[in-house]
Amino acid sequence: MTETTKKTGVSRRTLLKGTAGLAGLAAGSGAITGFPYVMSAEPKVLRYLGTAVNEGDDISKQCLKDTGIKIEYITATTDDVTKRVMTQPNSFDVLDTEYFSLKKLVPSGNILALDSKKIKEFDNITPVFTKGETPGGKKIGGQGTAPWKVLYLEGKDSKTFSKTATEFVTLIPTVYNADTLGIRPDIIKRPISSWAELLNPEFKGKASILNIPSIGIMDAAMVVEATGKYKYADKGNMTKEEIDLTMKVMIEAKKAGQFRAFWKDFNESVNLMASGETVIQSMWSPAVTKVRSMGIACTFQPLKEGYRSWASGFCVSKGVSGPKLDWAYEFVNWFLSGYAGAYLNRQGYYSAVLSTAKANMEPYEWAYWMEGKPAEKDIKAPDGSLLEKAGAVRDGGSYEDRMGGVACWNAVMDENDYMVRKWNEFIAA
Amino acid sequence: MDTSEDIVQQPSPDLVRGSETARPVKAARLSPSFISWLQAGPMMLVFLAFFLIPLVFVVIVSFWDYNEYQLLPTFSGRGYTDTFEGCIAQLPDLCTIGRTYVKTLKLCIMVWAITLFIGFWVAYFLAFHVKSKTWQMGLSLLCTIPFWTSNVIRMIAWIPLLGRNGLVNSGLVKSGLINQPLEWLLFSEFSVVLALVHLFTFFMVVPIFNSMVRIDKSLIEAAYDAGATGFQTLVNVIIPLAKPGIVIGSIFVITIVMGDFITIGVMGGQQIASAGKIIETRVNALQFPAAAANAVILLIITFLIITMMSRIVDIKKEL
Repeated sequence: MTETTKKTGVSRRTLLKGTAGLAGLAAGSGAITGFPYVMSAEPKVLRYLGTAVNEGDDISKQCLKDTGIKIEYITATTDDVTKRVMTQPNSFDVLDTEYFSLKKLVPSGNILALDSKKIKEFDNITPVFTKGETPGGKKIGGQGTAPWKVLYLEGKDSKTFSKTATEFVTLIPTVYNADTLGIRPDIIKRPISSWAELLNPEFKGKASILNIPSIGIMDAAMVVEATGKYKYADKGNMTKEEIDLTMKVMIEAKKAGQFRAFWKDFNESVNLMASGETVIQSMWSPAVTKVRSMGIACTFQPLKEGYRSWASGFCVSKGVSGPKLDWAYEFVNWFLSGYAGAYLNRQGYYSAVLSTAKANMEPYEWAYWMEGKPAEKDIKAPDGSLLEKAGAVRDGGSYEDRMGGVACWNAVMDENDYMVRKWNEFIAA
Repeated sequence: MDTSEDIVQQPSPDLVRGSETARPVKAARLSPSFISWLQAGPMMLVFLAFFLIPLVFVVIVSFWDYNEYQLLPTFSGRGYTDTFEGCIAQLPDLCTIGRTYVKTLKLCIMVWAITLFIGFWVAYFLAFHVKSKTWQMGLSLLCTIPFWTSNVIRMIAWIPLLGRNGLVNSGLVKSGLINQPLEWLLFSEFSVVLALVHLFTFFMVVPIFNSMVRIDKSLIEAAYDAGATGFQTLVNVIIPLAKPGIVIGSIFVITIVMGDFITIGVMGGQQIASAGKIIETRVNALQFPAAAANAVILLIITFLIITMMSRIVDIKKEL
């Protein structure tokens, strides 16, 4: 189906590292190709390092048209983005990355916080980021690296996260979503309402999780809690004992043959689900849409224990100063001004400034994507391809319901090193 | 090989005489040993810059410490001790690294045996049954077909073929041979071995073929004339003479499979441990010293295997 979803999904957090071929696919699918514009005398160029989520051709074209800034995408997987920031901080200008990697990025001193006073729409950024609640006032689960815990720094060059609001913002939020399990309702044929179902022997050999240790273990923790085996103080920051306990559950499931395969990138998850290899697995929203657009029933199933959420945002390299820094602010301001937000919303992601995105969407689109209402008309992807027929309702419903139902956030644990070792043990089991 | 060395090491009488007489007078004549250094130089430089120096760095970094976001250049054996964590405590059960290597070696031996068997006979066919040079070339090129597709294509292509609802399973079910789709066709050791054999048999074919075409045909005729059966000729003449090719091909296959993590990952559904995968997981978590330590361990083990193999056949002598 839609080129767009493919493009955007291809390597959100896919470490996928291994497959150079896949990186080639991301590139080949158009994410970093095709800038037909002639450079002006003094071109305003920004090198934009990020995963493919926000890196649409349409966004860069529109940006060039509106601001004259030419965006050069450098597309990498989440882990490779982090690696690049650590090892080659001068190879990019603007960085678009996930909040959970801040625990690694900020102490490295390779990124520069942005000044919230220079961000026009900063006060209109959804309270999900600033207060940890939905616009309707629902409290959001804060386990893991919740964005509001790491949004501010104590000072310009500080390496400490501030508990109160300051003008030094680590990442200006751009896109986020609430993830859950994708299921094949046509094969399962009964309601699914709990994370516990992921390890239900009924789906032996037909389940899958992400092959990203830090995210996979959180999905596992959701299962452990759902089965009532244990209650974590913070799923995103487990103690060694908790890691052992979680991994034990996972190893038992693996030995019993519960998992068909672990997936690493967008396309793998789509293939597993569409081919019927798996019927229940952790998934991303656009991947579910893609399976559906192939004519195969697939639901992004809301579960009673809640969602696991993630969020990304912008900062700049420490090497950026002078006019380049001004362009970076101009670009970030443009990004929040509506076009990009509407573009992201139309793919099933969420934009940081809701008001500007709303102004750039048709009322029926807003009603479908954000308010959880049945679609009045056919719902189309940004590239015009059909996503849902009129009458469809978004899985999980409205923004309030979905973001309000978040239980935890993608995270890097204090015991990350131990966890990674345990993950290798899990794979070898 | 032999040609170039022969030229350098056994200069024609003319050249020898020339250099002996001319050298004291004119220093412009290059000594043969200098020429050989010059010939080997570019390769040596590439080897030094892109293999030896990086390798030294890997070994150094493997003894460094690290935290979440940087390498700490202080001596630490943590990369190694963490890797062997539990290896004594868990006895008689194997620890993670032990299990990983047992699995990697098992895959390696299976792939090696199968590629050797297939590769030997393909090479045999090309060398002894295909008479025309053009056909030999053309058929060898056919063997490279697995390299024409990328990993992604293969990954996506195997699912409709071997998957639960794939071509093979639905064929077998429809023909009544099985009632339930075979689960072990995909995301299993079977599929890993299948994919690796599919990919790497070519690395066996080429060196073995190369050894075989250089076998003097009169030797084989002599064997027949002396009354040897086809099997005796094979065992006593062809296999010993093809040994260098067999060993070189084996080294190719074993080193590639020992370090592979992409094919094992994709075809094993990321559920099969391999030495390469441990390194990958560590690198992705930015734990470079631990990854380097694992790389050094892998290197040592692979090196040991190769040393053992070259004990069996003295490649230098055979070339």
